[in-house]
Amino acid sequence: MNMAPVLGSGWLTLLYKELLRFWKVSFQTILAPVLTALLYLLIFSHVLEAHVSVFDGRVRYSSFLIPGLVMMSVLQNAFANSSSSLIQSKITGNLIFVLLPPLSPLEIFGAYVLGAVIRGMVVGVGVLLVTLWFAPLSLAHPIWALAFALLGSAILGTLGVIAGIVADKFDQLAAFQNFLIMPLTFLSGVFYSIHTLPPFWQALSRFNPFFYMIDGFRYGFFGLSDVAPAASLAFVAACCLGLGALALWMLKSGYKLRH
Amino acid sequence: MTPAVEIVDVARRFGSVQALSGIDLAVEPGEFFGLLGPNGAGKTTLISILAGLTRADRGTARVLGNDVVADYRMARRMLGVVPQELVFDPFFTARETLRIQAGYFGIRDNDDWIDEILHHLDLTSRADANMRALSGGMKRRVLVGQALVHKPPVIVLDEPTAGVDVELRQSLWAFIRKLNRDGHTIILTTHYLEEAEALCSRIAMLKAGRIVALDTTQNLLSSFAGLTVRLTAPMLPEAWRSRVQRQEGETYLLSLADYAELETLLAALRGEGTAISELSLQEADLEQVFLRIMKRAA
Ligand SMILES: Nc1ncnc2c1ncn2[C@@H]1O[C@H](COP(=O)(O)OP(=O)(O)OP(=O)(O)O)[C@@H](O)[C@H]1O
Ligand SMILES: [Mg+2]
Repeated sequence: MNMAPVLGSGWLTLLYKELLRFWKVSFQTILAPVLTALLYLLIFSHVLEAHVSVFDGRVRYSSFLIPGLVMMSVLQNAFANSSSSLIQSKITGNLIFVLLPPLSPLEIFGAYVLGAVIRGMVVGVGVLLVTLWFAPLSLAHPIWALAFALLGSAILGTLGVIAGIVADKFDQLAAFQNFLIMPLTFLSGVFYSIHTLPPFWQALSRFNPFFYMIDGFRYGFFGLSDVAPAASLAFVAACCLGLGALALWMLKSGYKLRH
Repeated sequence: MTPAVEIVDVARRFGSVQALSGIDLAVEPGEFFGLLGPNGAGKTTLISILAGLTRADRGTARVLGNDVVADYRMARRMLGVVPQELVFDPFFTARETLRIQAGYFGIRDNDDWIDEILHHLDLTSRADANMRALSGGMKRRVLVGQALVHKPPVIVLDEPTAGVDVELRQSLWAFIRKLNRDGHTIILTTHYLEEAEALCSRIAMLKAGRIVALDTTQNLLSSFAGLTVRLTAPMLPEAWRSRVQRQEGETYLLSLADYAELETLLAALRGEGTAISELSLQEADLEQVFLRIMKRAA
């Protein structure tokens, strides 16, 4: 028996717990979102395939739609993972198990966000594998796609941590999801290229960080994008750092967690 | 020697409630220490400050010399806390819960110790059942186990026996006593005062955020020494009437300072030719001491 603590390894257990938590209910946490994305693909591509032209007709609409749906699933599930885990632990009171051990704010943050990233990526890969059956897809720059998926899910995982800390009840979390996350994802160009929008909405979309995540991710597949991918990456990385700093500050100050 | 727990001038207010107002307390290594007080006295708040779950408005708290804010990593590693609230994670079994808790402290491969904990808490047969499927008392015992996974030198138990049946309470105390003999410092809160009397060598009593008594259990008992006499007789000599605490028909409850006073009372009764039909004696117990201290502090 080795009772000597391995310094700084506690957060790995927290990560493991986070993974186990969604893995044990993978029917809801992985299968259900994959199915939802598939339904979107079938319906939207069926209805819009003949009517919408993207990237000047160089890409089929249903092919264009797939990366958008993959990224939307990645983002929504990353958010769902950290936010629901935190709020559940807060409401049931078992967050105390994480607050009592010698875990630093950075370790707690890292474990929750990495858990969210992994959940997002697993769902994303699932959506990709299933939707590939329905439309051809190239993968021009896989590293770019991966970079945007990782950064995007880290941002949403971080937002989930923030929302989980701030919210006191499930319906407050639902409000966060319905009034912030959902509109921002739907208005980010998952289903269309922003060049098809009127100028006002085009301009507005450029303030939406989700737009850059999805546009950059799509660049990874088609080598085509509305915005230069390096600029999108810089913007997304800046968001990630800013939100990360906010979440860390909350954890460090004990805001709403340590009374 | 560095105290196991050292609390200096700790205060905490919640809105209009002053939960703690300037607590000073030191618990020595190896002590079995009792923290008693009525509901809302501030016991849990004090423990939460020690565990880093709550911040103090002022003052400092240390665990084996480690400040709970500045050196929180060391302080928390030294401390095991059984929370008062019955909480659990419904995703896991009892054994998984203990393993995960050990992991948070950076401890792996301590299955032998986890098996020992499960055995002492009589949970071996239910170790692989989901937490949701355990009874309230079993869940409480898993909480006790979680506080012990990292073998902390200082163990704080906030009402660990609430809802635990008599038999298991005995075996739980045997286990905690063994830990205490092995050198662990134990701090206990409980509303079962006979438990505190039997287990704790020293006791602090809290009321409305202040320490109103702090002494060895022996001294507390003897400072409020005295006998309670329950006596049934047709009448009581005039001079003794004022000593009656309660009267039910011809049965009187009197409190006496010592046995010598009992002699005087019996002599007075004999002098008046009063026949005693029943007499019983009760030594002071912690409950009486507690009630008197609380009354005095009111
Ligand atoms: N988070 C909180 N917010 C507001 N008030 C609080 C909070 N925690 C404790 N209090 C108040 O502080 C006081 C002390 O509470 P505490 O839980 O420390 O008492 P206790 O001695 O543990 O009581 P009990 O024996 O009932 O467990 C109470 O008046 C309580 O209402
Ligand atoms: Mg309490």
